[in-house]
Amino acid sequence: MAVIQVSRKPLTFAERTYLPQIVGGLKTTLKHFFAPNDTMEYPEQRPAIPPGYRGVPTLVYDPHGREKCVSCQLCEFVCPPKAIRITPGAINPDDPTAHVEKRPQEFEIDMLRCIYCGLCQEVCPEEAIWLQNQYSTTGLSRAEMVNDKQKLYELGGTLPDEHFKWDKKKAAEGGGHAH
Amino acid sequence: MFDFYFNFPLWFRLPLQGLAVILVLFPLAAACSMAERKISAWIQGRPGPNRTIAPILAWIPGMGVLQRLGIFQLAADGGKFTFKEDGVPGHVNKFYFILAPILAMIPALTTVAVVPFGAYLDSAGKLVPIMLANVDVGLLAVFAVSSLGVYSVILAGWASNSKYPFLGSVRASAQLISYELSMTLSVLPVFLLVNAPGGHGTLSLVDVVAMQSGGWHGFTAQSWHGLWGVCYLPLSAFIFLVALFAETNRQPFDMPESEADLVGGFHTEYGAFKWSLFFVAEYCHMIVGSGIFCLLFLGGWNLLPWLPLAKLAGLLGIAASPLLTGGLGIVIFLGKVAAFIFFFMWVRWTLPRFRYDQVMKIGWQRLLPLAIANLIFYLLAIALTQK
Amino acid sequence: MTDLLFNLFAVFTVACAAGVVLCRNTVASALSLLLCLIGVAGLFALLNAVLLAVLLVFVYAGAVVALFLFIIMLLDVQGGERLPFKGATLASGVLAVGLLATGVLSLATHARLPAVAAASPAGSTLRDYAELLFTQYMLPVQVVGFLLLAAMLGVIVLSKKFAGLEDIK
Repeated sequence: MAVIQVSRKPLTFAERTYLPQIVGGLKTTLKHFFAPNDTMEYPEQRPAIPPGYRGVPTLVYDPHGREKCVSCQLCEFVCPPKAIRITPGAINPDDPTAHVEKRPQEFEIDMLRCIYCGLCQEVCPEEAIWLQNQYSTTGLSRAEMVNDKQKLYELGGTLPDEHFKWDKKKAAEGGGHAH
Repeated sequence: MFDFYFNFPLWFRLPLQGLAVILVLFPLAAACSMAERKISAWIQGRPGPNRTIAPILAWIPGMGVLQRLGIFQLAADGGKFTFKEDGVPGHVNKFYFILAPILAMIPALTTVAVVPFGAYLDSAGKLVPIMLANVDVGLLAVFAVSSLGVYSVILAGWASNSKYPFLGSVRASAQLISYELSMTLSVLPVFLLVNAPGGHGTLSLVDVVAMQSGGWHGFTAQSWHGLWGVCYLPLSAFIFLVALFAETNRQPFDMPESEADLVGGFHTEYGAFKWSLFFVAEYCHMIVGSGIFCLLFLGGWNLLPWLPLAKLAGLLGIAASPLLTGGLGIVIFLGKVAAFIFFFMWVRWTLPRFRYDQVMKIGWQRLLPLAIANLIFYLLAIALTQK
Repeated sequence: MTDLLFNLFAVFTVACAAGVVLCRNTVASALSLLLCLIGVAGLFALLNAVLLAVLLVFVYAGAVVALFLFIIMLLDVQGGERLPFKGATLASGVLAVGLLATGVLSLATHARLPAVAAASPAGSTLRDYAELLFTQYMLPVQVVGFLLLAAMLGVIVLSKKFAGLEDIK
């Protein structure tokens, strides 16, 4: 390929004195001087959270108040920084949701390890773990930065559910169609 | 009213006046640092420091405005600089290392002694300047004392015994000496105009202002005395301005600091109180430099061209009161200085830094010939018109 | 008061001058020179020669010594070994001091200085200096200026390498 030598346009006298450019720059900065601020004063003003935001991972209830997590531990396995630790536990036989069989006895997410990748949410078959809008977590000690089960449900709350998978299953069992 | 004061012996009065000026200049310099932060913030679309407030004051209504302006941040900064640990690195030359910031303060605070910052009318209707020492060599004394400021930079860089400060101080000394020349040459036309042939010869800044405080006499040759220096000496004003930026180490000439390539330049190794002394000295230089520019080219304490202070005081009906007239003069002068300092900061947050070779080239190959040509032009013009 | 100040400045100046010679550290020497010049400026000021004092500070203390320091730092000049005194050095030193002392003594005792016109209390004005410089001392000033110019050109020729301009040497 041929190389085309482009000669640089020589500067005019005015350009060589720098002055027109300096005046232009001063005009620009003066405009910004009187323009409103671009920054947000954080604790008082909060940014609008876009849909699909990946904040702090939380655990959620279904609309009937049942813990969705069945402690399958898939999230624990998939978590790249190994931030999740689950102690599975059995559900009491006299519980109305006893047919779900398992729920976490303890569920801990270490927020000092979590990288907010969202793999836990993606892998969860029960849609029980969600990365929600909460983005600011602070604590005074390492222990405080580990969210236990109670804290996770507090943060997560209840999310709408379209499927009610386990209710349908129970209804099906009642009708004699176990599987 | 103030007779009791003038009855004090001179040795008591002068230190008192000096102390008063220092006590004004020091907080002014600190206020400049605050203004710098606010102006930079506003130019960059930020609010700037606006949170600090002493809890005791928070309940007073209206304090919120001051808080938003960052006034209390000043006190917080001052307190921090004063009380934080002031370490001396192990590898420095301790004596000169500590001497350098002290040396920086001396010229910064001394130059203000010969700068008039206002005037009042005495009982005979004569304009008396308000200043510490009304010496005949006025401006020369400012130049002489402020030229000593380079030693603090040189010593700081040398005593720090490390490469970046050293480079910074070598650059600073070369730059300061280079631009002093253009600066001195650029003010000569002013004094050629002030010293009419047959006069006693003066370098006093008061006389420069007196030259610019004429009234309006219609379209006659006498009327140009009412104009400000910048109108008939634009090139001088421009050269002086550029040299002033270089002498005060401000952007776009802040070679000695140039934090991008020299970390912090000559004060890389400094911290806490010693660093803040350099900082205050820089702002003092800026204030005094702005003051000199206003006196030489912007009419000093005259509000508008063709409206000198004496006339303004007459219009306002306060000419009989030296206190009010003096206050008015000081306010007008300080207003001009403040506007000029704003210009300094405005330029700083607009322009990028020159390269070192560009600084030297501008100083020696552009500004100096321009200053000499300017001088020769006015020399000929004055010789031809004022025979 | 003036006598006290004179003594103060005189002792200060001489002490700093001694410091210039005796300091091992070159930077300290240069700084002693600076203080010495400021002391001399103080003496000038006591003589009501404010202009001379200010010019001395401006030109010598402000620029020349700064250049000295600049060069010292740029070339990283070290103090170096101090040679022991030789007989010849001592002899010439004694001779120089003797000559100087004789000169000062004879000036103090025998000289008939012209009576100085009573100076104005504010000291000489700029106009007086200017008149002397541009009338009586015009030629010496020009000669000294020319000498400095020649010296400057010499430095340029010596320090700069003129490629293709060999004939200039």
